[in-house]
Amino acid sequence: MTPRQRRMLWVGLIVAGVSAATFLALAAFQKNLLYFYTPSQIAAGEAPTGYAFRVGGLVKKGSVHREPDSLAVRFTLTDGAAEVTVFYDGILPDLFREGQGIIAIGRLQPDGRFQATQVLAKHDENYMPPEVAEALERSGKLPPVDDFRRMGR
Amino acid sequence: MWAFLHRLASPRHFYHLTGRWIPWLGAATALCLATGLYLGLWVAPPDYQQGDSFRIMYVHVPAAWLSLFVYVFMAAAGAVGLIWNMKMADCLAVSAAPVGASFTFLALATGAIWGKPMWGTWWVWDARLTSELILLFLYLGYIALQNAIEDPRTAARAGAILAIVGSVNIPIIHYSVEWWNTLHQGPTVTRFDKPAIHPSMLWPLLLMALAFQLYFFTVLLMRARSELLWRERRSRWVRELLTQDDIQPSAEREEATP
Repeated sequence: MTPRQRRMLWVGLIVAGVSAATFLALAAFQKNLLYFYTPSQIAAGEAPTGYAFRVGGLVKKGSVHREPDSLAVRFTLTDGAAEVTVFYDGILPDLFREGQGIIAIGRLQPDGRFQATQVLAKHDENYMPPEVAEALERSGKLPPVDDFRRMGR
Repeated sequence: MWAFLHRLASPRHFYHLTGRWIPWLGAATALCLATGLYLGLWVAPPDYQQGDSFRIMYVHVPAAWLSLFVYVFMAAAGAVGLIWNMKMADCLAVSAAPVGASFTFLALATGAIWGKPMWGTWWVWDARLTSELILLFLYLGYIALQNAIEDPRTAARAGAILAIVGSVNIPIIHYSVEWWNTLHQGPTVTRFDKPAIHPSMLWPLLLMALAFQLYFFTVLLMRARSELLWRERRSRWVRELLTQDDIQPSAEREEATP
């Protein structure tokens, strides 16, 4: 074996070793790396009850209720399979609207409601001009925000 | 092809060849950048949800792609330098690092500026953002390591190992949005099942990506040339080059006087 081949082998071993170590570490932390839980996971009892966590889903059409003289708002998040009702008192991001993907940070109350301290809008990967979006909506082909359904697997 | 690469591996040829390429690369960069910016900022229609705010992606997305590309380039050059003992490869890896770090910073900064109005927050610790931040630290660690070790050969070897080890982060960054639930959206352009971005918005993006790529190579070659002059400052060709430069102006003057 020439010195060059030996160095090549070393580089290969380093890459393989570090990859394997990273894979094992990430596999072990898989659960902690989940940025948010889906309503289905909450319904299945996988979400923590003692401390704050994030829930992600689509704002259900027609579910947004605002209090008349305050910022308080109530809406339902859905992932197509399960739903969770979110209560929030604060400023909503620009992209917040019905049908939009949302991530709410807060605690699950004993009665099953979710009391949010922060609401973030999740943008999907679709970009199009307004006219195209209108045309797609008219024909009912507006791409569904399938992110949350895909993740609910 | 191999003969050409061998010539490039020789510092003297590299210096002279790339000196001729740089003006062309620079001109191509300026052309692509101007066209891309014009198409992206004026011609492309506003997004149906984000309005004009989406236009920041014409800087954000190419910067993020390049931050990954430059790292892979740096790690590959480091590996070549390590295995084949090629000084030119070490020089390229060292020259690429600050450029890559700048692209990473640009991607993080533009992302935060976009995130505040759209997501409602500057920063979240989701898998995509965190792994990109780790990439920035890897770049900074590489640069610090290069500066901490005096001997260029030792520095190149240590840096190459750091770069190779850090390259496991690259697929993590790329696939983070698919492996985990992240706030960052999934891939738009590299998705093949259906067009996720309208062609009128996609073309400026691809043009900007090309402009960033050309910019990287332009700056890389410029940096590598000056790095090379410094590293080879004791060699004959550099001395000849420098004395030549001293002689040339006076020779011209002599021609001009009669």
